[in-house]
Amino acid sequence: MEFLEEFPSMGRSDLRDLKKMIDGGFREFTRSYGEAIEGFFDPLLGFMVWFEKLLLSTPWPIIILIIGGIAWLGSKSIKVTVGSVLSFLVIGYFGMWEDLMSTLAIISVATVLCISLGIPLGVMMARSNRVQAVVTPVLDIMQTIPAFVYLIPVVMLLGIGKVPGLIAVSIYAIPPIVRLTNLGIRLVEKEALEAADAFGASYLQKLFGVQIPLALPNIFAGINQTIMMALSMVVIASMIGVAGLGVPVLRAISNQYLALGLMNGLAIVALAIIFDRVSQSYGTRIQKHRQGGDHV
Amino acid sequence: MSDIKIRIKNLSKIFGARPESVLKYVEQGMDKEQLLEKHQHILGLHDINLALENKNIEVIMGLSGSGKSTLIRHINRLIEPTAGSIEVDGEDVLKMNSKQLRHFRQSKTAMVFQKFALMPHHTVIDNAGFGLKMQGKDKAFIDEHARKWLDRVGLTGFENHYPAQLSGGMQQRVGLARALACDADILMMDEAFSALDPLIRSDMQDLLLELQQELHKTIVFITHDLDEALKIGDRIAILNGGRLVQHGSPQEILLNPADDYVERFVADVNRTQVLLAKSIMVDEKPQDQTQSVTCQEDETVHTVLHTLLSEDGSYVVVEDSEGRKVGYIDKETLADTVFQSEQKSAA
Repeated sequence: MEFLEEFPSMGRSDLRDLKKMIDGGFREFTRSYGEAIEGFFDPLLGFMVWFEKLLLSTPWPIIILIIGGIAWLGSKSIKVTVGSVLSFLVIGYFGMWEDLMSTLAIISVATVLCISLGIPLGVMMARSNRVQAVVTPVLDIMQTIPAFVYLIPVVMLLGIGKVPGLIAVSIYAIPPIVRLTNLGIRLVEKEALEAADAFGASYLQKLFGVQIPLALPNIFAGINQTIMMALSMVVIASMIGVAGLGVPVLRAISNQYLALGLMNGLAIVALAIIFDRVSQSYGTRIQKHRQGGDHV
Repeated sequence: MSDIKIRIKNLSKIFGARPESVLKYVEQGMDKEQLLEKHQHILGLHDINLALENKNIEVIMGLSGSGKSTLIRHINRLIEPTAGSIEVDGEDVLKMNSKQLRHFRQSKTAMVFQKFALMPHHTVIDNAGFGLKMQGKDKAFIDEHARKWLDRVGLTGFENHYPAQLSGGMQQRVGLARALACDADILMMDEAFSALDPLIRSDMQDLLLELQQELHKTIVFITHDLDEALKIGDRIAILNGGRLVQHGSPQEILLNPADDYVERFVADVNRTQVLLAKSIMVDEKPQDQTQSVTCQEDETVHTVLHTLLSEDGSYVVVEDSEGRKVGYIDKETLADTVFQSEQKSAA
């Protein structure tokens, strides 16, 4: 009966040895390669520090102007533009300007990183079913594994700071752009591709002239999701030393400051809404050609 | 006169997991249904031998599933054959490497598709210039030629529209302009007009015939519509179940159908609209005839009848394009032809 009541697990000491072995192995790896890996990321760190400083040292009216300009160029909507500018002004007025700039810095860098890695990966997945079969479960793991779990090895390897924060954010945020690039390219009309083939297009001509342009709406949905997911990682990233709106939230949790938590939390929400509206309306605008609106 | 542009030899295509392994059953005479049932492979084409003449409109006709769209895609190798060979201008298309093949597709062939297959994200003029862009022509050249061909198909003023803003007929005009702009010898039209309304289809057929008058391309035209085939085809190839049943001029097909299938196929056709004066004329001058009318050898029986009745003649003198007498048609022959035609249609 003992067999049924107690799950036949492996011996306690064996288990301990196994864990020790893995920990030891990774620690060994960290000791021998940690510095090299850190060195590899140094240029990235340098860039992030420079970019954050740039945002912080630029006079706020200029930042507001740039934000307004980007919002206008992206959405071509007065409502979205005015909303974005107002949100930034209000957040700044409530004393969160510097944290806002720090958050903006890491989100921008993370988004650019995710796009520049994610789109090529998505393209490769769309090209080969084998690549898709390998990458899909990896993306599933990246999206579902609790963030704290992969924070452990990242912190062991790189310590705390901007770079591990960026990596943590990117691991969580990159899957949507990869998935939607893959999906978008696979959904491109077979007829258009066949026509390109019939007129003698090369692989690259098809990719850049037909597949990616026609997949853009999906790719943009992916970019939008990636930004949203990066923003949702702001608080967790602040646990490993990334400055920004997440830090006060963390402080608010440990000290039960309701107002502080709420304000910074809402600032993150405002940022998310701005990014979402601007990128979505840009995404819709670039597929104007799909509307048969003024039929002749 | 009759030089061969495209020569297709012993072409077979089987779709499925291992086409080569079941090819032998097809060669032993297994038909489409059996192959699917016993070996889970689909017979696309079987042992097609077809010589398509230069500067002709060659129609390939068959019902859906007959393999006609599969056949046309072999000419520019959008589909790889299971067995056989395809030669264009004496050059084996199957021996080309990918670079040669791309060059061949850019310069030798141009294709018009049933579902138009325009680039939805490009404007009409960019679509018309697509083939030229693939050829690597410079911007000014592309612009000039795209404009010229859009004008030829009657789309001046729509250059900056997107395909989705145009009607089906206009979209296909863009497709035609795109193909013609390439200046390729061979124009491949895969059910190009099948998706259009009857009236617009007829307009497009007229447009194609008018363009062909001056362009003299080799046009491979796929259709399931016999009337369309008879209207535009210099020669017609009829496919059934992946096999070529007959290849010949519209006259030959109407007068000497190769088998029951073709005979049933052509039963509903109004022969007087297709048969030409030269195919029913005789050498002997009819006796005791007084009032003659003249017609061209390439006029249809229908037109001849109309001329005879309206000019109140008693027999017809048939002339060739240079005005030489080549034969005669008397009233009885004409009446018989019309009568037989009615009977066949009724049956």
